[in-house]
Parts: sequence; C-alpha cells; structure tokens
Amino acid sequence: MTGRARVFGDDINTDYIITSRRKRESLDPAVLRAYLFEEVDPRFAATVEAGDVIVAGKNFGCGSAMEVAVTAVLGAGIRAILARGFSRTYYRNAVNNGLLPVECDTGGIREGDRLLIADAEVRNLTTGVTLNTAPLPEIMQQIIAAGGLVPYFRRHGDF
Amino acid sequence: MVCPTGTQAMAAKTISEKILSAKSGVDARAGRVVVCRVDCAMGTDGSAPMAIDYFQAMGGQSVRDAARIVFALDHYAPAPNRAIALLHQRLREFAGRFGIELWDVGEGIGHQLMVESGRALPGGLVVGADSHAVTYGALNAFSTGIGSSDLAAILICGRLWLRVPESIRVNLSGQLPRGVYAKDAALALAAALGADGAAYQALEFGGPGVGALDMDDRLVLSNFAVEMGAKNGIFPADEQTSEYLAGRTRQGFEAVAADADARYAREVALNLDTLSPQVALPHQVDRVEPIGQAAGTPVQMVYLGTCTGGRVKDFHEARDVLKAGGGVARGVKLVVTPASRAVLETLAQDGTLADFVAMGAVVVTPGCGSCCGTCGAIPGDGVNVISTANRNFKGRMGNSGALIYLASPASCAAAAVRGAITDPREIDA
Ligand code: SF4
Repeated sequence: MTGRARVFGDDINTDYIITSRRKRESLDPAVLRAYLFEEVDPRFAATVEAGDVIVAGKNFGCGSAMEVAVTAVLGAGIRAILARGFSRTYYRNAVNNGLLPVECDTGGIREGDRLLIADAEVRNLTTGVTLNTAPLPEIMQQIIAAGGLVPYFRRHGDF
Repeated sequence: MVCPTGTQAMAAKTISEKILSAKSGVDARAGRVVVCRVDCAMGTDGSAPMAIDYFQAMGGQSVRDAARIVFALDHYAPAPNRAIALLHQRLREFAGRFGIELWDVGEGIGHQLMVESGRALPGGLVVGADSHAVTYGALNAFSTGIGSSDLAAILICGRLWLRVPESIRVNLSGQLPRGVYAKDAALALAAALGADGAAYQALEFGGPGVGALDMDDRLVLSNFAVEMGAKNGIFPADEQTSEYLAGRTRQGFEAVAADADARYAREVALNLDTLSPQVALPHQVDRVEPIGQAAGTPVQMVYLGTCTGGRVKDFHEARDVLKAGGGVARGVKLVVTPASRAVLETLAQDGTLADFVAMGAVVVTPGCGSCCGTCGAIPGDGVNVISTANRNFKGRMGNSGALIYLASPASCAAAAVRGAITDPREIDA
C-alpha cells in the first residue's frame, strides 16, 4: 500500500489519539474521526485523507488500552501506522482490528512524504530511502490478512 | 536419561514463561506467540460495551465459560448522563443473560475487586480489558491488559493470543525508610526505566526486598508496570500472598517461581533503603524528581484514590499526615475516592472517613472517579493537581488545562496541608 506520511512525535498516548471526553459522547468511529489527535494537532482531523499513514516515534499508543483509539484511526481511512515502537496494547488492538502496525526507524520521514509499505520494508518514495522491518508472527499476519478478529472469528470461531 | 547441561539451561524459565507454557500447552519461550486458555477475564464499562459489539459482530451466540468472566461498572460510576446509563443497562442485561458476574456501580474499581475477591490467583492467567490489569501480578498471576476484541474472543472461545515476553528482573533489596512508600519506589523505577523502557517485556520482581513489601505495596508496583510499557509486573508468591488470599478463595492454586538460571533481558537493582519521596511532573509519568525539587509548587486540588493509591493503607497514611499537619490548607480541594466498597466500609468503621469529612474532603463513590476525567471532580484551567494515581497525561482528569503531579498518599496529604508540594517527612517527623 502507498500513502502520505502524517508525522507525530514520541509517546503519543491513546488520550492524545482520542480523548476520553469524546469517547464519552460516542464510540462511533465516523463521529470520533472529527476529533482525532485534537490534543496534539488540532488541524489533523480536518486534513486527514483516506490512505494517510501515521508516522510516529517511540511508544506510540501508550496509556489506556482503549480500543477506540484504533477504531477511530481506522474510521479516518488510515490503514497503517509506522512507529519506532508501539505500546503493546495499542499494537495488539491494531492487529485485532486489521490496522497494520509497522516497527521501523521513522526518524527520516517528513510530513507529506509518499510511503510504499511492502512485506518486509518501507520505501520512502519522496526521499528514495528504504527501511527494513521485521516480519510479523504468523498468527498476527493471519488476523490482519483476514481484516481483524471479527472476520477471523466469523470464519474460524476460534483461534 | 541425563540431560546434557546445555539442554538444562534451555529448560530454565522465567515466571512468565512457566505460566504461559502451562496455559498454552506448548513450550512458551520469550518471543514466541502462543494461544492460551484464560483463567479469568475482566471487562469494565469502558471496554465491555465494545466487547459486546465485537462479540455480536463475530457472530457470538454463547459465552464459553461465564464463570471465568466478570464485568465492573467503574469508569463511569455513577452514570453521569443518559448515554452511560443506557450503556450500564446494556452490560447488566448481557451479564444477566449469560450468567456473568457483574460488579455494579459503587462496588469499586474492577482491578481492586479482582484482587479482593480472590479471582486473581498465583500461577493464573488473569487478564482485563484495561491497561491496569497488570495489577494482579502482585499475586503471582500473569496478568495483563487486553482490548475489547480480545475480550470478545475470550467470551466466545475462552482463549487469547499472547506474545511471550522477555523479562526484566527487578532485584529488590532493603526496606522502605520512614516517609517513603511503594509509590515512591514505583516512580523511581519509572524514572529509571522510562515510559517505554520495558515495552513488550515483563517485569519480574524478586530478591530479598520482596518480603519487606506487603501486598498493598506489591499491588502499587505491579500496577505501575504498564507505565514503563511492560506487559506484566509479576511477583513471586510467599507467606504474605497466602495470607492475603486466605478467606478470599476456596480454589486451589500453585505458586510459580522462576528457575534459578532463567534468562532475563536485563537485571535492574532497586534498593529500597536509598529511596526518598518522589514526584512525577506534568505531563509525563517518567518525568520524576525527588519531591524537594518541586517543593513550593502551589496546589489547588489533591486527589486520593485510584487503583494505585485508593486502598485502606493509602488513606491511613494520608490521614496521618493531614492530622499531624493540622488539616487541609485554605484554597485546597481534597477529593477522596476509595478503590472499593470494602475500602470505604473499613474507612467508615475505623473513623478515617469521619476524619476526612471533618477536614472538608469531598468523598466520591468508590470507582475510578476523577482519575480519567469521565466522572467525579474535574479540575479547572490552570489548576495544579497532586494525585495518588498512575497517570498525569495532559487532559487525563478531564481538562487539558490542568497540570497533574503524581506522588504517594503521604506526599499528596502533605501538599494538602501546606497548599504546596511538600516533602511529607517535614510534616510527620
Ligand atoms: S482508577 Fe484510573 S488507572 Fe485505575 S482503572 Fe480506573 S481509570 Fe484506570
């Protein structure tokens, strides 16, 4: 997949992705997308486009394990997140919802860069730099390939 | 047949590897992804409604083992608006239909109830759809936070995928000096490791200092494991564990210890003797300093509660400092939120509650209260809050204009006495 980089810093916690306050009003990703990242980038929600790729530093998705921090991102049409590292709950929620989490050295990626995400690498089409990524364990690949745990369970009913 | 020594070394396991091997039926080594049978899973009003959505979307018809599931209405308790009231109704209906135990509004924080009710046992795999499910590691359970979709999968099949974590061994020695508490140890550890210093890894506590920490202290350290990015924070079991569990469960359990030659990603020493009171500055839990560095910072709200600092002992420590210091300073709002009904009852019976009320404290329904800004007292703009909680992100308590400091109950109480951040040893000395 290819997409446009939307760059954030380190330690973006789930409250920064979507605040508990908004979550109290609605859990609907179509509603929540209007408030995505409002604490850290108030202009983000108005400028996000389907296919954009979130690019972050270390510890993305730390804090509360609330899954809506993943579904709200998916609700904005985002399909992949690149980060130097993820909090483990965000990582697993991403996998379980079919949002691709990619760990790589994101330091050289700038806002707006065109990125091509392939099997074991990320190519920055704007700068020409290629980044290596670690392949996902098999069960995670299967869950993401199915589109998340919901389609996976509809098919298998178990692991 | 005698194993060559190389094979024996390979066989050595951490506590986490042993528990996940037992629960998955395979040789669960760090790095491997395994599917495990879950002993107990908890969902809150923050996560279980979405789990029900996932359950229905997955085509769930029945709950595999309702006795292993529990719901807690704690994050929005009591319901602050109609939408939440309906959500609570929905959880009650679902729980009733499938025979799932539900801890209703006012019973307390799910994590505290998991521990109090004896649902978290040594050697168990006990999870919660909330990041602070790591708390039960204090009882030698492998406990970790999961998502709502995970909880839905557990409702359907009773199982969960987990990547087996590498472990960081935290060697505890010494004992906490006067005026220094488990929360200070937790903050010091967060400062040493950083907010992602244990990402994807387990913290395995051990060493001679374990025996010097009571169960409440261990709960604080395990609770904080997730603030370092850890998957779990697990203690060995000892007499204190058995004592704590006596009368809380009739189920048998077997404590799990690490092998002597288990492999750790690294080892960290935490000497309790050398610790001093700490404070985390806004808005990062690992922006920690000795409390003296922040002394004098004015404080307008003091929050005593949460799954970190809302147990009986915490309130006793805070009350003692408040009494010694002559009560709450003018201009400070003191908010008290017991972690559970049992905690509230104890405080009512032993006079602590009356002391707080006499000092002008606002007492809030047992539950998460102000911790995550979903109900309870919300701080105003520019307000400095000092809290016994575990998180101080911007906006955490419902207003991104407030600044949150984290400290021990005694340090929070000292701030209430002076109206400014204060080393509690200056007051209870
Ligand atoms: S008390 Fe705070 S940290 Fe603990 S479960 Fe509730 S909201 Fe989370």
